[in-house]
Amino acid sequence: MRAIGRIVLGVAFLFLIGPFAVIVAAAFHGGDTLTFPPNHLSMRWIMEVLANRNFQTSFVLSIVLAIAATLAALALGVPAAYALVRYRPRGAGAIRGLLGSPVVVSGLVVGLALLHYVVVPLDLPVTIALFVAHTAILLPYAVRVVSASLVNLRVDIEEAAVLLGASRLTAFRLIVLPNIRNGLLAAFVLGFITSFNEVPASLFLTGPGIRTLPIEMMLSMELVYDPSIAALSTLLTLGTLIMVLASERLLGLSRYV
Amino acid sequence: MSDPDYLTLDRLTLAHDASVVVSSLEFRVARGEMVALLGPSGCGKTTTMRAIAGLLAPRSGSIRLDGRDITHVSPNRRGIGLVFQSYALFPHLSVAENLAFGLRLRKTSDHEIAEKVTTMLATVGLQDLGRRLPRELSGGQQQRVALARAIVVQPRLLLLDEPLSNLDANLRLEMRGELRRLQRSLGMTMIYVTHDQTEALALADRVAVMRAGKIEQIADPETIFRKPSTSFVARFMGFDNVFAARDGMLEGPNGRKVPYAGGPSVAAGYVALAWRPRDVTLGAGSHRGRIVVTAYLGESVEYLLDTPLGEIKVMADSSAPRYAPGSEIMFDLPFAKAAPLGAGAPAEKSE
Repeated sequence: MRAIGRIVLGVAFLFLIGPFAVIVAAAFHGGDTLTFPPNHLSMRWIMEVLANRNFQTSFVLSIVLAIAATLAALALGVPAAYALVRYRPRGAGAIRGLLGSPVVVSGLVVGLALLHYVVVPLDLPVTIALFVAHTAILLPYAVRVVSASLVNLRVDIEEAAVLLGASRLTAFRLIVLPNIRNGLLAAFVLGFITSFNEVPASLFLTGPGIRTLPIEMMLSMELVYDPSIAALSTLLTLGTLIMVLASERLLGLSRYV
Repeated sequence: MSDPDYLTLDRLTLAHDASVVVSSLEFRVARGEMVALLGPSGCGKTTTMRAIAGLLAPRSGSIRLDGRDITHVSPNRRGIGLVFQSYALFPHLSVAENLAFGLRLRKTSDHEIAEKVTTMLATVGLQDLGRRLPRELSGGQQQRVALARAIVVQPRLLLLDEPLSNLDANLRLEMRGELRRLQRSLGMTMIYVTHDQTEALALADRVAVMRAGKIEQIADPETIFRKPSTSFVARFMGFDNVFAARDGMLEGPNGRKVPYAGGPSVAAGYVALAWRPRDVTLGAGSHRGRIVVTAYLGESVEYLLDTPLGEIKVMADSSAPRYAPGSEIMFDLPFAKAAPLGAGAPAEKSE
């Protein structure tokens, strides 16, 4: 029985890690086409990717977009989470469900709907459209993660602050915010990664010359079949990995997801 | 100095959503007085306290403090302190910062804050723990911090919500004494909410016994303990045997009547009589009963008697003659030891 268990475990790991290993290996191939296993190792494609103008612009766009959309989602999500947890308004369950819908509904549908009903009628510029879409997609994560840490904070701690002379707003700033700091940071990391990797909705909303990094990668793959895509994927995976490990180490991200 | 109307609750009605918890409550607290709100859980004592603090808006009625109507004043401007049952310390702030919180909001100078915090910490015996975080303290120490934090801003009124209920028995006794000493030395007006009658009797100048959103009786501890005015208060104070008394008869909760010649002819309508288990005498008397259960409690023995009036609880010295379960004995309900309960207070089943 133990032997069978080990085999199953091994297969599962191979299934999870295998594709990643293939990509990393292909990234260090020195030839002109995407090849596995690489026949001679080189840093050629890594350097090429780092020097690529298109990748550079779309990388900057993706980073700025991820930060802006995550902050916007938090700005909307923290008050929403506070209201839902503390005041339990009528229909709180329905609001929670509605807020969760972008998680359930396919990104393609969200992208198409935003394009058809918001972006085109309002004639929004591409960057604004991307910002709105990403904010909408991240909002449920922000509400959920922040709610989790608010639930853990006793109400009477806020009441104690009010009775010592603090207004509701001061009590929120001096007592609530410091105590949900880890939840806020976790929500930020989660939102940032989600936005940075988002493809389906962005697909509808990118315009000429303005593409997020994942979209840029897809388009470049359709045109040329060289190891640059593997090199870029390797770099991105490494970046994400460092971010997740750091936040797990500092905050225990896995408690919130 | 002693203003008897320092805090006045006038026909205060409180409700959670649709259900009325406290109806038309009235009472007064004098300046410098310590009043205990005593009652079983769900009697409305905590709700009343939250309304006084301003955390719950009353449905009707008014609250006056020191000559000012504060019914609609927001809780952060009332100058009323509250010590929570859970202590509610700020988890991210040190003990000293917890104490300084209220002072900072009052724009006190840093120098003055440091001075007041140090003095206050010494008062509650925590002078060396100012830098600790709340979670690094024991329950008793957290309790002291909560108390110190509420007192250091010198509130006009201090409310305490079952502040000792999370402590073990020894610590509770110690803190009870300390609280009394502190209240006396500061002359601070306090309202103390509890379900523990010993605590209420030991601490308060006056005890208000609450039941189902109303005050049953409000008086000094000795009066409450010796002369309860209703059967509910009587039961709460340990008068376990309560019987309606009318026309020379006692009536048990089962409705059966037994002649009672012990006292003056109880002619004046409906009056109830109540006895503590210790005040029922066994071995002689005009009533007959059968021992159902005995329990040895060290210094005393507790008996449960089956009688025509229903079950009667008796407590006797363990040095007195003992009775075995099943034995038939005579007992007496001496009128001299009975608490006569006010008119309109027939024997009621305990809740």
